[in-house]
Amino acid sequence: MTRDEALFEFLLRMGDNTLILGHRVSEWCGHSPVLEEDIALANTALDMIGQTQLWLGLAGEVEGKGRTADNLAFLRDAWDFRNVLMVELPNGDFGQTLMRQFLYDAWSFVMTDWLKGSSDPRIAAIAEKAHKEVTYHLERSGDTVIGLGDGTEESHSRMQAALDYLYPYCGEMFEKDKSDELLAEAGIAPDPTELRPEYDDIVGRVLAEATLAIPGGSYVHKGGRNGRMHTEHLGHLLTSMQWLQRAYPGAAW
Amino acid sequence: MYAQMIKTASNGIKPREEMSEEERAFQDKIDNDIKIEPRDWMPEDYRRTLIRQIGQHAHSEVVGQLPEGNWITRAPTLERKAILLAKVQDEAGHGLYLYSAAETLGVSRDELIELLHEGKMKYSSIFNYPTLNWADIGAVGWLVDGAAIVNQVALQRTSYGPYARAMVRICKEESFHARQGYDAIRAMAFGTPEQKRQAQDALNRLWFPALMMFGPSDAESTHSEQSMAWKIKVKSNDELRQQFVDQTIPQIEYLKLDLPDPNIKWNEERGHYDFSEPDWPEFFNVIKGNGPCNVDRMKDRVAAWDDGEWVRDGLLAHARKKAARKVAAE
Repeated sequence: MTRDEALFEFLLRMGDNTLILGHRVSEWCGHSPVLEEDIALANTALDMIGQTQLWLGLAGEVEGKGRTADNLAFLRDAWDFRNVLMVELPNGDFGQTLMRQFLYDAWSFVMTDWLKGSSDPRIAAIAEKAHKEVTYHLERSGDTVIGLGDGTEESHSRMQAALDYLYPYCGEMFEKDKSDELLAEAGIAPDPTELRPEYDDIVGRVLAEATLAIPGGSYVHKGGRNGRMHTEHLGHLLTSMQWLQRAYPGAAW
Repeated sequence: MYAQMIKTASNGIKPREEMSEEERAFQDKIDNDIKIEPRDWMPEDYRRTLIRQIGQHAHSEVVGQLPEGNWITRAPTLERKAILLAKVQDEAGHGLYLYSAAETLGVSRDELIELLHEGKMKYSSIFNYPTLNWADIGAVGWLVDGAAIVNQVALQRTSYGPYARAMVRICKEESFHARQGYDAIRAMAFGTPEQKRQAQDALNRLWFPALMMFGPSDAESTHSEQSMAWKIKVKSNDELRQQFVDQTIPQIEYLKLDLPDPNIKWNEERGHYDFSEPDWPEFFNVIKGNGPCNVDRMKDRVAAWDDGEWVRDGLLAHARKKAARKVAAE
């Protein structure tokens, strides 16, 4: 594996996470519990789609085969996606959506914070912009997790159920493979395992304030980040997301 | 223009000699184009009419998220998806300012939402039509927001200060949406034969519903007089509709799409385009709840509200606990 191949893989991982989670969040449009949340969720989705354009745009450039961000988003099949499994899971209730957002935002916060100092200036520039957005997302999703965890009995039990369901998917964000090693050596991207302590610290603080208990098991669901095996849900998501591009190939929109 | 068929809460215009001193002073302000502000005295009927109008307008912004949201997950490019998300976010934001404007009249957002869900308040008829192909999203921006702008530019001069000011801000965003919508449908009108077919289909289906947004013809619009005297309404339905038709026909011609109505023809004498009236019985049916999407739209909104109850309750309970802990610590 060359460094550019590793870089391409990394950029797909970044861009596919924001693309797929942005898509999931956008599914809430017009259906959220209160108008302020409709606005906030649309805004979060919009930021993530904007980040996708940057990450996948750079991925296409690094790959050097003339593929654009749109080509990568709309014309790959499920096995070529490199997002972690957690982001492709269905939304569930509002609590599950916000818990997933929080567990993702905390990782994205630590990751983009590191990437601001990447030895690749193109990555540092994207991270600089993304980190500002993610800082705000994390503040908002963290506050919501605290509010609902420490709310009523019902909101507490729904949030605990969401955490129990999602927590086993968190570990995948810290998996390391050959491409990560190559990039870490070059100072382009971090060794993912090294992000874990700061992540655990953020997540631990928020969940404690939310009066929620971190599940005990150590099992980690994985396979999305390296493309080995996605969930059944991704294919359905891509079916609607890619429909127009697939049905009318070559059309300009 | 998301307010139509607003029933004025009065029976005709009161002659000046029958007005009380307060009413006369109020009417004088309006006649001199001085804005009415929340703390000013106002006739009860003026207040009630405005609540209906602003409330309906706010509801329309909120329900209007649904037909557009229908395509967010299927937008054909990342840029189009981002544009649509930003637009829908703006619409929800308009809902928020408008509910706030209504609150200055002494009604809460929750009360208005409850009235909507009980079927006692309405939203614009246009959102009871479906969005069936991607060109509909372009057409909604171009025609629906375009029609809204025609009405809302007029409403920037409406007599109630908070509503007029909300309109100024909303119009700026709507103009941007209309341009983006036109750009989206232009890409299709000049695209492949299939795309052009979608653009034509969207125009044909949405043309008359867009004309209906201005409400029934002036002859049938029984509640306008008092609203005009109060400058809640600034131009008549037919005037606004004609203005919209006149500005839109050249845009259709530019797209090289077929006109959606065989009777559209420039009338030299009038200096306006002639056009067919929309199917008014269909309009009244949609208003009554028999439009293609009325039931589903309300079902979606009520479900969102009901399913979200635990969230609102949870956040409220947390805010109370937090406040109590703060007091205890002091």
